[in-house]
Amino acid sequence: MTAASLSVQDLSWSPGRGGEPLLHSTSFDLAAGRVLGIVGPNGAGKTTLLRMLYRYYRPATGTVHIDGEDIWTLPARSVAQRVAAVLQEQPSDFALTIGEIVALGRAPHRRGFTGTTGAHDKEMIDRALGLLNLHGLADRHLGTLSGGERQRVLVARALAQEPRLLILDEPTNHLDIRHQLEVLDLIRNLPLTIVTSLHDLNLAADLCDDVLLLNSGHTVGFGTPSQVLSETAVSNAFLVEARRERLTPSESDHLTFHLQNKGQQL
Amino acid sequence: MHARPLSLTMGGIALLLVSLSFAISIGAVQIPLGTVWSVFLNKLSPGLIDQTWSQGREAIIWEIRFPRALLAMMVGAGLAMVGASLQAVTRNPLADPHLLGISSGGAFGAILALLHTGLFIGLLTVPLLAFLGALGATGLVLGVSRFANAMTADRLVLAGVAVSFIIMAGANVLIFLGDPRAHHVVVFWMLGGLGLAQWSQLVYPLVVLIMCSVWLLLRAENLNAMTIGDETASTLGIPVARFRLSVFVAGALITGVMVAFSGIIGFVGLMIPHIARMLVGGDYRRVLPASALIGAVFLLWADMAARTVMAPEDMPIGIVTGLVGGIFFVWLLARRKVA
Repeated sequence: MTAASLSVQDLSWSPGRGGEPLLHSTSFDLAAGRVLGIVGPNGAGKTTLLRMLYRYYRPATGTVHIDGEDIWTLPARSVAQRVAAVLQEQPSDFALTIGEIVALGRAPHRRGFTGTTGAHDKEMIDRALGLLNLHGLADRHLGTLSGGERQRVLVARALAQEPRLLILDEPTNHLDIRHQLEVLDLIRNLPLTIVTSLHDLNLAADLCDDVLLLNSGHTVGFGTPSQVLSETAVSNAFLVEARRERLTPSESDHLTFHLQNKGQQL
Repeated sequence: MHARPLSLTMGGIALLLVSLSFAISIGAVQIPLGTVWSVFLNKLSPGLIDQTWSQGREAIIWEIRFPRALLAMMVGAGLAMVGASLQAVTRNPLADPHLLGISSGGAFGAILALLHTGLFIGLLTVPLLAFLGALGATGLVLGVSRFANAMTADRLVLAGVAVSFIIMAGANVLIFLGDPRAHHVVVFWMLGGLGLAQWSQLVYPLVVLIMCSVWLLLRAENLNAMTIGDETASTLGIPVARFRLSVFVAGALITGVMVAFSGIIGFVGLMIPHIARMLVGGDYRRVLPASALIGAVFLLWADMAARTVMAPEDMPIGIVTGLVGGIFFVWLLARRKVA
């Protein structure tokens, strides 16, 4: 696995013709191997931005370059060989086994239409199953798994794709604490460039090298977590009163949130 | 867990041949299985077996029952594969060729020919207009979905249902305005039947079926990916909207040509893929061939039932498939797990 650099220039998107932009001009550069967290309140434009990064939405303006190549000048298949995504879509149960779902990750790498599985394909599928501890479940159907197991399947499918950039949309949603920690631990240790949206700001601060804070489609800040996630910026974006507090005994920073103007008459 | 594909395939083909033999042997005139295959072999290589049967029996076997059984197999295989493919691209386990509105389009074309235009190009008029009606309906569905910006899976299904209602209303107007004495021929197209099968015409469904099923089989892995979700399929390099439309068009071609020769035969496309998935799992590289095989076998037996229940009268086969399909649907519902 190798990591790719990501460069986003003047990227914006609006629904339909001449609609109000959901994402205003956004630019940032992410060096190979770094983990970027995209944070912001509901409706800030996180999912919209991600959809342009994995070439699902065509940008209204601007470009996305991966290792210097514009993803919209490359064929979809070539992009699929570089970028994989773990999304919130819940697969319908069409009786595919876990092994078959993970094997789908090899599709962009196959030559011809017949879909024969070569030795390298088998190795990558095997490795992805192993990395996510799924060997015992390979013959099971998706419908019989728990939420945490399903999420691991989707991550394994993305890794079988051998991406250089991995995009995750709220990977910890609906997971219990242990599975959240496991998924985050995995993300941290993957030798890939990673872009992930996250709800939990403290998780983002802990996990990410860089953070992009969005609010109403505008970039509020891009940089290291301590630069971007200031008390003022978070308070303004989320319409709360954010306080940076010190945890004991771990001596680490932790954001706490409180409703503004509490006690005031409405 | 699906470790014996070879024996399953061999078993399936054996079942198909046995069903075919019975389909030709059973009917108003019972004909021994030995005679069925002797006639067949003699047709392949004349003089191979001494003729011990009457010319009349040979005509029943070769001119009536063989083409009818072959049409049954093609219709069953075709509709089942269309259903399986549509279920994947719409991610709707209840998708069926009817959803496209094409079955109603085909019926519309057939009714137009039977009640209004007359057979202006001979016996092929009805199948041809039925086929054009089916294609027209599909065009309408695609047009409506583009106009209503409904290219997503669920909205495309709704567009199909809407178009289907509108075309059925149009077909009913044609029936209402038409000659009441001709209504019984209309019933044939609305309820389906294989009685019109002739050797000279089998080539049309055969060519369409082979071309479209090869096209679908080559895209089995894309169909697998579509069951996960549009966005995930797109990140695997599949042009999702275009692929879904192509599958609709392939499905329309198959359904159109089948409706043209056999009328509307419901529930095959809905039911058979579920049985196929229970037997061979969810991988479309196995689901498509298994659906074709099971569909062919199912329609052979459904036709046998249709011919024998009210013998010597032919019951419309749509009644048989509707009854079996409806009961299957209830069972599926009670099982609470849509496979």
